[in-house]
Amino acid sequence: MQPNSTREGELIARIIGGEKELFHELVRPYERMVYLTVFSILKNETDAEDAAQEAVINAYRHLDSFRAESKFSTWLTTIAINEGRKRLRRAKGATFESIDEQEEDKGGDYTPAPLTDWREIPQNVLERKELREALRKAIAELPDKYRQVFILRDLEGFSTEDTAQMLGISIATVKVRLHRARMMLQKRLVPFLKTMAPKRRGFFGSAP
Amino acid sequence: MKLECKHVWEYISEYIDNTLDAKLREDIERHLETCEICSAILDSTRNVLVLTADDRTFELPVGYSERLHGRLAKELESPGTPEERK
Repeated sequence: MQPNSTREGELIARIIGGEKELFHELVRPYERMVYLTVFSILKNETDAEDAAQEAVINAYRHLDSFRAESKFSTWLTTIAINEGRKRLRRAKGATFESIDEQEEDKGGDYTPAPLTDWREIPQNVLERKELREALRKAIAELPDKYRQVFILRDLEGFSTEDTAQMLGISIATVKVRLHRARMMLQKRLVPFLKTMAPKRRGFFGSAP
Repeated sequence: MKLECKHVWEYISEYIDNTLDAKLREDIERHLETCEICSAILDSTRNVLVLTADDRTFELPVGYSERLHGRLAKELESPGTPEERK
């Protein structure tokens, strides 16, 4: 997640000093992250691409407000989150409620799906396109507040602390939301995986 | 302490992230040794995470990077440093 913060610090100083072209190099390692962040909010490829471009340009325009004590990755991602939210508010108009002001409800079923007929998913099952498709769909259908935490933590690899800071929520809330998101996805994917699991044990093990 | 399955499920996420205190982690490990259901839940959840982190699961739109840097290049061409243009 942090390629080299000293090197980044140097790059940033040189860009602010006038070597503007270096900004391409500075953001390149984070392109994917910026896209996924806005995608987690907007859930639409075209909107996400547009928002990602806007976020990167905003980051360039405000680079002088970056402070060395924070990480460039979280600073840039926070800009992306704000850009995504701004667009969502615009799209939803007055009906928009800040998702992070909602209290964590105590109810709801966040227990995993019990299963016993398979243990490890063999590599060749993970290779299957249908499984990726099912996972993408399940993630898209998570409630917004769970999806955003899940993507920052488990897809982009941010720490619990950084995720809390970027979303403006507590560490405890990040943990609760992440747990629920993971359990919901496990539950959604288990039936799918079961249909692909071998009838007899050892089938995959004996494959060439 | 002997744990029930339901109790173990509440901690699966933190177990995966290795943020539980040593005692609780040990209790959960002891439970997992003998409980097929809980170990299968743990394995399947881990597999979901492996699959999520795989670059092929979420692919960027084709040409995303080129378009991004193209737009950025135009922005960089405009006069002045970000500092000066404020």
